[in-house]
Amino acid sequence: MSILITNDTKVIVQGITGGAGSFHAKGCCDYGTRVVGGVTPGKGGGNVDGIPVFNTVKEVVRAADADPRGMASMIFVPPPFAADAILEAADAGVGLVIAITEGIPVTDMARVKAALRGGATRLIGPNGPGVITPGDEKRPGCKIGIMPGYIHKPGKIGIVSRSGTLTYEAVWQLTQRGLGQSTVVGIGGDPIAGSSFVDILELFEKDPDTECVLMIGEIGGSAEEDAAHYFKKNMTKPLFAFIAGRTAPPGKRMGHAGAIVDASGGRSAKGTAAEKRAALEAAGVKVVESPADMGEMVLRAVRVG
Amino acid sequence: MKLHEYQAKRVMAGFGLPVLPGRVLEAADRVGTVLKKLGDGPWVLKAQVHTGGRGKAGGVKVVADSKEAGAFVKGLLGKPLVTHQTGPQGLVVRKILAEPAVRAVRELYVAVLVNRRTGRPVLIASGEGGMDIEELAVTAPDKIVRVDIDPLRGLEAFQARDVAFAVGLTGDLLAPAVAFLQNLVKMFLATDASLVEVNPLGVIGEGAERRLLAMDAKVTLDDNAAFRHKDLFQEADLTDLSDAEKRAGEVGISYIRLDGNIGCLVNGAGLAMATMDIIKLHGGEPANFLDVGGGATVEQVTEAFQIILSDPKVKAILVNIFGGIMKCDVIAQGVVQAVKNTGLDRPLVVRLEGNRVEEGRQILAASGLAITPAVDLADGAKKAVAAAAGAAS
Repeated sequence: MSILITNDTKVIVQGITGGAGSFHAKGCCDYGTRVVGGVTPGKGGGNVDGIPVFNTVKEVVRAADADPRGMASMIFVPPPFAADAILEAADAGVGLVIAITEGIPVTDMARVKAALRGGATRLIGPNGPGVITPGDEKRPGCKIGIMPGYIHKPGKIGIVSRSGTLTYEAVWQLTQRGLGQSTVVGIGGDPIAGSSFVDILELFEKDPDTECVLMIGEIGGSAEEDAAHYFKKNMTKPLFAFIAGRTAPPGKRMGHAGAIVDASGGRSAKGTAAEKRAALEAAGVKVVESPADMGEMVLRAVRVG
Repeated sequence: MKLHEYQAKRVMAGFGLPVLPGRVLEAADRVGTVLKKLGDGPWVLKAQVHTGGRGKAGGVKVVADSKEAGAFVKGLLGKPLVTHQTGPQGLVVRKILAEPAVRAVRELYVAVLVNRRTGRPVLIASGEGGMDIEELAVTAPDKIVRVDIDPLRGLEAFQARDVAFAVGLTGDLLAPAVAFLQNLVKMFLATDASLVEVNPLGVIGEGAERRLLAMDAKVTLDDNAAFRHKDLFQEADLTDLSDAEKRAGEVGISYIRLDGNIGCLVNGAGLAMATMDIIKLHGGEPANFLDVGGGATVEQVTEAFQIILSDPKVKAILVNIFGGIMKCDVIAQGVVQAVKNTGLDRPLVVRLEGNRVEEGRQILAASGLAITPAVDLADGAKKAVAAAAGAAS
């Protein structure tokens, strides 16, 4: 029916008393997400729009009286303290941490990733829009993130992306063509991501209610190449892709910290859109050339299949 | 942020890494006096610009006396240095690093950078220094040693020994090599670097006098960690940035100038890249990357218009905004206000999508301004390309 989150998921919001934290905590509640508590150290005992605020993640877990492994925490904590917030959630046993914060130092993320290795906590992000399992009147969904809920529609297409608004664009193209989404996952635009394309593709492959997957990649790194390799070896479901940044000049960071084509003079892989596209097509992934055609490409394939 | 070689070497010295004492020249007078402080010569003079290939481009020279030094400095300061990485306009040389000239008996390569695949730093070393590591990776990959680093533990001594033996730093050089590698990784982690490259790492001297020396240094720091390294970031050399890029940085807009003639104003980095791509697909050339941020407020859009208009090459502008949390009618009002604020004088195509998009389009149409509405991404790109072609002819 979905991956990562359902309407039963109990959600914590770390950094809930900040501007973005309170605004989006409310947005998630309005969508039907079960937000059980927020955390801001030193502001425990208060509340934000009726959501109780606690000093620590452990306190929320205790108050929720739930198994933390089934809970999720959404992180809006500012960059200097965000890594600590992720580790706090992991230490409290929270199974899924979704970090929205943009601008976390790379070495912090390297340490976080090393600390989480082998543990029971899955990290999505940072620097992404979050995760949504769309819902409607009949079947309520779960939104943990900053994406606009109304553009989504429940269905069978999985989406995984390194981007925010470009993902909304893709979702909107699908929804307007009557194609709903099982779950939409933003893995974020940073050089070190908690979860990779491959991690999420594995989940979609196993999810009985996901029929096919749309992957939105961009320049920089080799996550798309890894996804191509995984698709060829392990995936039975169709995979569609768009790669942003074919016009990006080398050596310049295109907004996202991770979106940069290597400018050095050699001949090894540089993270260009052309390399990624070639790797994906060689593996049998359908890659669309224009971002305006993402929805149409999936629609045509679903109709035929 | 990139450090200049002289800045990088100062930081390295603080971590116990062997570098030569140097002096920075910023003027062509009194060159001889400054050089004398570094000993009798010969000296090496190196242009401090953020590019590789300085040597081949004439930006590095060994000079024997102060007359030769003075002539070199005079010919270089204030003038652009063009390398294979800078593009034809080059980068203006404002500082020159002077050091005693030394000859290495061996040159090696060492670097620490982030391995995005593992999410860890990786130490890369090669016994063949002084050349392009990218080339070496293709021609002789077996000569490159890679060691993954646990960011929680740093580089262990045994890992450093493995590397030292592999690149042939043995005997009396083993202990200094281990210290060098461990300190280099310490520096990488402590300064939140994204790249520390020493190429070449030299072995200088003979017999009992043999020792290691970092002869060049390339260091890039993570901009996201600026809050932890205010002292280093205060020294950032922003002279290579255009005024528009500096302004964008101040107001939190992500802007990169390109060579085309269609200005782009987009919310979100991924969508901004995709907008550039679709302009190209329809036969146009984007003039810039611009991510105005998720919110797209009147103030941000006004700033963004001003930044785009400061580029004289821009013949038309494409605004592409996906109204997510913010509704399209609010964004449309913002765009109209921003057009009025800036007195926009070039064709403008606006594509809005999302909630209340019809209301948004009506606001644009009723504004009385010369705004061409677009119904979708492809339509927006086509209209912008046509507008730029029309304005150019």
